[in-house]
Amino acid sequence: MAIVFEKPKGLTDVPLHYCPGCTHGIIHRLVAEALDELGVTGRAIGVAPVGCSVFAYNYFNCDMVQAAHGRAPAVATGVKRSDPDNIVFTYQGDGDLAAIGTAETVHSAARGENITVIFVNNAIYGMTGGQMAPTTLPGQVTQTSPYGRDTEKVGFPVKVCEMLSQVDGATYLERVAVNNVKNVKAAKAAIKKAFRNQIEGKGFSLIEVLSTCPTNWGMTPENAIKWLEENMMPYYPLGVYKDKTATEEAK
Amino acid sequence: MSEKVLMKGNEALAEAAIMAGCHHYFGYPITPQTEVAAYMSKRLPKIEGGVFLQAESEIAAINMVMGVASTGKRVMTSSSSPGISLKGEGISYIAGCDLPALIVNVQRGGPGLGGIQPSQSDYTQATKGPGHGDFRLIVLAPASVQEMVDMTFKGFELADKYQMPVMLLSDGTMGQMMEPVSLEAGEVKKYDKPWALTGTKGERKPNIVNSLYLKADELEKVNFERYERYAKIEKEEALWEEYRMEDAEVCIVAFGVAARVSKNAIDAAREKGIKVGMIRPITLWPFPKEALLKAADKVDKFISVELNMGQMKDDIELAIRCKKDVLLCNRTGGMIPTVENVLGKIEEAIGGTK
Repeated sequence: MAIVFEKPKGLTDVPLHYCPGCTHGIIHRLVAEALDELGVTGRAIGVAPVGCSVFAYNYFNCDMVQAAHGRAPAVATGVKRSDPDNIVFTYQGDGDLAAIGTAETVHSAARGENITVIFVNNAIYGMTGGQMAPTTLPGQVTQTSPYGRDTEKVGFPVKVCEMLSQVDGATYLERVAVNNVKNVKAAKAAIKKAFRNQIEGKGFSLIEVLSTCPTNWGMTPENAIKWLEENMMPYYPLGVYKDKTATEEAK
Repeated sequence: MSEKVLMKGNEALAEAAIMAGCHHYFGYPITPQTEVAAYMSKRLPKIEGGVFLQAESEIAAINMVMGVASTGKRVMTSSSSPGISLKGEGISYIAGCDLPALIVNVQRGGPGLGGIQPSQSDYTQATKGPGHGDFRLIVLAPASVQEMVDMTFKGFELADKYQMPVMLLSDGTMGQMMEPVSLEAGEVKKYDKPWALTGTKGERKPNIVNSLYLKADELEKVNFERYERYAKIEKEEALWEEYRMEDAEVCIVAFGVAARVSKNAIDAAREKGIKVGMIRPITLWPFPKEALLKAADKVDKFISVELNMGQMKDDIELAIRCKKDVLLCNRTGGMIPTVENVLGKIEEAIGGTK
């Protein structure tokens, strides 16, 4: 019998701890597949964040380091600069990347650090039980915005790709989603391109992946996908926000 | 002995770090340590594989240090007091991940923004572990530009030997003053680092550098094991200098610039016939407890000379188990005790002028 579907070699056999319906698992797989297909898993070094994906160090089948909350791009900078042949990636959530680690995010992009950032945006702090995140939508109810996010008092969500598109040092910024097969395929292509950029020395790439958190959103997995499509995707439109490599190719 | 050159303390330590095989430096501008970064920014790009990077913050700098340390290479950062507070988080992670690194603190006055003049008011922060959780740093306290060089070498060796962060606790005086110094390259030992993140090459299981242990018993075990290592360090690595202690009735305890002033005061007191000597801790952690306890059986009084409000005095009292009185001769906020200050305290210790 022919094997038509396999677990990527870039993932270990450790069972994922993620909640049912959470899309971290899909995103992990896409990263691992990209590393495998590009043949760089053996020289990949990943940086795990603080948050739900902290245990990424147990799941990726490559060398891993666990960074303090928000500091993954700084740790990745050290790892990359130690040996530019390393293929270095961070895997971060929205609280990590867009709140406590905003400075590290912006400045690693500004330096054009030749790393790949996988940014999982699910509009909530998952690991700590569902508090308001920098990406929580206006009106969205969370544990710390029980009456809905009041933009008068706590301001607006941070749109990371839009913000970084104004940073000269950034090479490639794309927002993707994994809510259906078509988008999963597009997400895979974007993640692979982000790693290819690094292999080719083209600089800072960040892929923002819109993700669900059924547990803390208080929804079934199916409704969570629907909520993402109806609420997150209009606020965070998918697409390429910057691609210096395309400009180069066009020249 | 190689030829001596006249160098500033901060620049001498930077050159010593390069000679010790540290080719990665990350920092953020802050007075009075900026010469370290300036020197590194000139030298490191000329070395193959050398990296100087000015980080966006002290926090980023220490995390870049953690990144390089996790790959097994020698790496350092330097800062001054307020900057070290910011690095506390990263230092705790580096200690929790059992990574070697050298952190230089060229201390200035505090608290808060404090001042930019020399101080020793980060003594407690440095020696008790600057950050959350149970951990220690080996803390080296140079008292000359030559020791800035020697301690930098020693610091990298100890960091690799014990897989832990080491702090060079200097101050504005040591950093800024110029002295003739011999920059002799000591032997740089190669340490086996099988834990380093170098890529699996598909030939081994992944290495994981991590400080998270959600199972309480596992975390406790790691902490107990780390403290076994610390106990070995306390037993084997304490360094101190004894000065005119043979017949001393009063023992001064001082480090760094305070020790230099104290030496002059001791010489002046000796001319007056006062039997006074000094134990100068060179490692502040491990603290030279044994030497002090032994001295407690011989001398009548101790004097702690410090550029702070008496932070080390507590450790002296603990080390000598309160067997003798410990007087405090201190200045703070960037002021340095004068020879007269110290001499006056020595006379107070013996019950008046001789």
